[in-house]
Amino acid sequence: MFDNFTLAQLQQLWWLIVSVIGALFVFLTFVQGGQSLLSYVARNDLEKALVINSLGRKWELTFTTLVLFGGALFAAFPLFYATSFGGAYWVWIAILFTFVLQAVSFEFRKKPGNLLGSRTYELFLFVNGTIGILLIGIALATFFSGSSFQLDDYNQVLWQHPMLGLEAVLSFFNVSLGLFLVLLSRTLGALYLLNNIDFRLQLVKDMEKRLRKAVSTNLIGSIPLLLYFLYHLATGEGFAVKPETGEVFMESGKYLQNLLAMPGVFAMLAAGLLFVILGAALARRASSRSGIWFSGFGSILVALALFLTAGFNNTAFYPSSFDLNSSLTIYNASSSRYTLTAMSYIALAVPLVLAYIAYFWYKMDSEKISTGEVSDFTAKEIY
Amino acid sequence: MNELQNLTMVDWSRAQFALTAMYHWLFVPLTLGLSWLLAFFETFYVKTGNEEWKRIARFWMMLFGINFALAVATGIILVFEFGTNWSNYSWMMGDILGTLLITGGIGGFILAAAFYTVMFFGWERVSKKTHLFATWMVALGSNLSALWILVANAWMQYPVGMAFNPDKARFEMQNFWEVLLSPVAISKFTHATSSSFQVAALFVVAVSSWFLLKGRHLDVAKKSILVASVFGLLSSVFVGITGDEAAYANARNQPMKLAAFEGLYDGAEGAGLVAAGILNPEKMPGDDTPPFLYEIKIPGLLSLLANREPGSFVPGINDLIYGNSRHNITGIDKKIEKGKIAVELLSQYKIAKKEKNEARAKMALANFKNYEKYMGYGYLQNPEEAVPPVALTFYSFHVMVALGALFPIIFLLFLYHTYKDTISRKKWLLLLGLFSVFLGYIASQAGWVVAEVGRQPWAIQNILPVSVARSNLTTGTVQTTFFLFLFLFTVLLIAEIRIMWKQIQIGPETPRGE
Repeated sequence: MFDNFTLAQLQQLWWLIVSVIGALFVFLTFVQGGQSLLSYVARNDLEKALVINSLGRKWELTFTTLVLFGGALFAAFPLFYATSFGGAYWVWIAILFTFVLQAVSFEFRKKPGNLLGSRTYELFLFVNGTIGILLIGIALATFFSGSSFQLDDYNQVLWQHPMLGLEAVLSFFNVSLGLFLVLLSRTLGALYLLNNIDFRLQLVKDMEKRLRKAVSTNLIGSIPLLLYFLYHLATGEGFAVKPETGEVFMESGKYLQNLLAMPGVFAMLAAGLLFVILGAALARRASSRSGIWFSGFGSILVALALFLTAGFNNTAFYPSSFDLNSSLTIYNASSSRYTLTAMSYIALAVPLVLAYIAYFWYKMDSEKISTGEVSDFTAKEIY
Repeated sequence: MNELQNLTMVDWSRAQFALTAMYHWLFVPLTLGLSWLLAFFETFYVKTGNEEWKRIARFWMMLFGINFALAVATGIILVFEFGTNWSNYSWMMGDILGTLLITGGIGGFILAAAFYTVMFFGWERVSKKTHLFATWMVALGSNLSALWILVANAWMQYPVGMAFNPDKARFEMQNFWEVLLSPVAISKFTHATSSSFQVAALFVVAVSSWFLLKGRHLDVAKKSILVASVFGLLSSVFVGITGDEAAYANARNQPMKLAAFEGLYDGAEGAGLVAAGILNPEKMPGDDTPPFLYEIKIPGLLSLLANREPGSFVPGINDLIYGNSRHNITGIDKKIEKGKIAVELLSQYKIAKKEKNEARAKMALANFKNYEKYMGYGYLQNPEEAVPPVALTFYSFHVMVALGALFPIIFLLFLYHTYKDTISRKKWLLLLGLFSVFLGYIASQAGWVVAEVGRQPWAIQNILPVSVARSNLTTGTVQTTFFLFLFLFTVLLIAEIRIMWKQIQIGPETPRGE
């Protein structure tokens, strides 16, 4: 069936697939949000154990989704993978570093003989939850603000800034998206924990209150950042492509035009924000635990809308402000038609994968994590 | 000067990749093999209802989890390091390689990650059968994710199913099945996984031996040894068969690697296999010094292994560099000449295209097609550059083979004495078992040294040398990340070993009522 697709259709399909994986990752950063909230919401060992064990059952899902996001970009848009990773070296290395720290911390934190002590591993989780997400947000913001690189005739990248990608932190536009993602992940993290932990015991009532408070403070904190980002996105210049020649030029209000030209995407962004707020509002009710589903779904929509705005409607999704015509579009950065077709068949497995993940999530979480469970120190599987 | 600078940067990038890959491979074999052993243990539990098997499964599962954390942590670096340190390679090969990675991602990682949670935390939350299913899926998922990266590696050793696109300056996939089912891919996957199963079996044997030496958890230890040594023995058979297959493939596709790991400078008919030897460090390609200071050779065996034909000709390093007209081998020097022409024609084509001079572009391209298959050689400076580090490849190969031959004997001895129930009294065997896990890791790492050092200078055999595959970074940048990773991974490895050691000392939970 994919054999009848044109190359352009396949490129669009794969930008959509990549965007969906990226959006799912943004939702799944509730794990990182929970990590950065740890010291605020959990004041004693029992509370910490609840939070860590609750997050510990999901962290690998987030982690593998990130790997899959990178893998999908490599597979579908190898020129992006080569340009961005090989060029913006320090940003990606720093991000990866925080994820290495995360990968061991759940498992090692409470184990005897862990060399660094549990506080260090909690610090690692905090670093991953804050700096890791901040830098990912900053890197994603360069999809709109551009980077300084040049491609030679052989499509080999020459990065033009000595900070090799870290210069992106110098732009508040980029930082605003990064900070927004950090606060969004904290909102989602608190909502997830409210859903996942059994709060019936009096012992943990205080933590529940702190979590409910964290939902609103983080969401309220995040909104000005998002508005700042969206305002500059809508009013600033964007990297437009002439469809006939593939030439890249600056166009003011480009991203707003994209949203207006793709009303579905605009609707997605608006609905997504409403859902995020709705979920957080639900958490104000003392017994509600379903906020994560609304805010989670909303955050997927918001992220998806941003990715689609960056890549569709004749836009360069990884622009170079140094040399406009080195900018990457979904058409000049993609794999060959044969490869995209083959991968499309492979991607048919994705819905199946999502279905069993959802099924086992439901199975595993239908009984909430309780204080009894995490204080059974004889059990081998407790983090 | 600029060349020299690039060279050292490439060396640091290679060092960083070797560092992260070797650290990653400290944890992968155990993940691949132990996941199956967990599935076996748990299956016995579900089949027999004997709680003892459940205790065994849970004990090894905990060690699996500690190891798995670092397998994941080191793995993420590798996935992205193709981009960060080998960006030209990523662009030129992304059309083929990316597909393999994403397939591995969808199939393997996600499968393992989703079921991993059920396996670890689901004992009380899902039914016995569902839990068993999850454990099997973790094994399948981990091994599937290994399949894709190993196919990618095999493709780099034996690139098939693609064509060069001069406009994009990259290789594009023409046939997915040819890539997936190439004979090198099959032997690479089976050899890497079966040897990993050996390592995992040795790990279980070693920990169990320690328990028996200390007189602890006797039943757990004996049962574990029984299952692990059967698994290890069966794996050893596969390791042998697939290893032979790999050497045969090397002779066809990477004769230089074969010559290097055998220390064979001058080719011969009925070439002998060096069973053990000390290389002459003075020896250079093309000179008259003897290659070995000391050697034990089995006459005729190398020809038999390489070509499955006694008396057949096996080319040596000198034949490959300087050519051998009697055996119809084109020397590297000639290939470099043709390669330089290919590089020049490609650049002419690019310039003509830019100037929109279609006639000239067409001519350059037609000409380029005649030299295209030598293009990779065009980036080499001299023929000797095509020789991999002989000593490292030679010794790694011989250590790997010697240890690989020892392991089945160890498994047989353990199996025999467990069967006779005399194992607890065989102190010497238990000590050997305890020690052998280190040998397992050494053999496993040595195998990768043979495969990767042995194919230098190529990132993609005969197509892309590492000096072109690199990113445009400075030496200082790569040095910094090299030491960052070295420090981080070393600290985490020490932590991991200490945690593992503590958990082994604590041992399996005691059965209720004791």
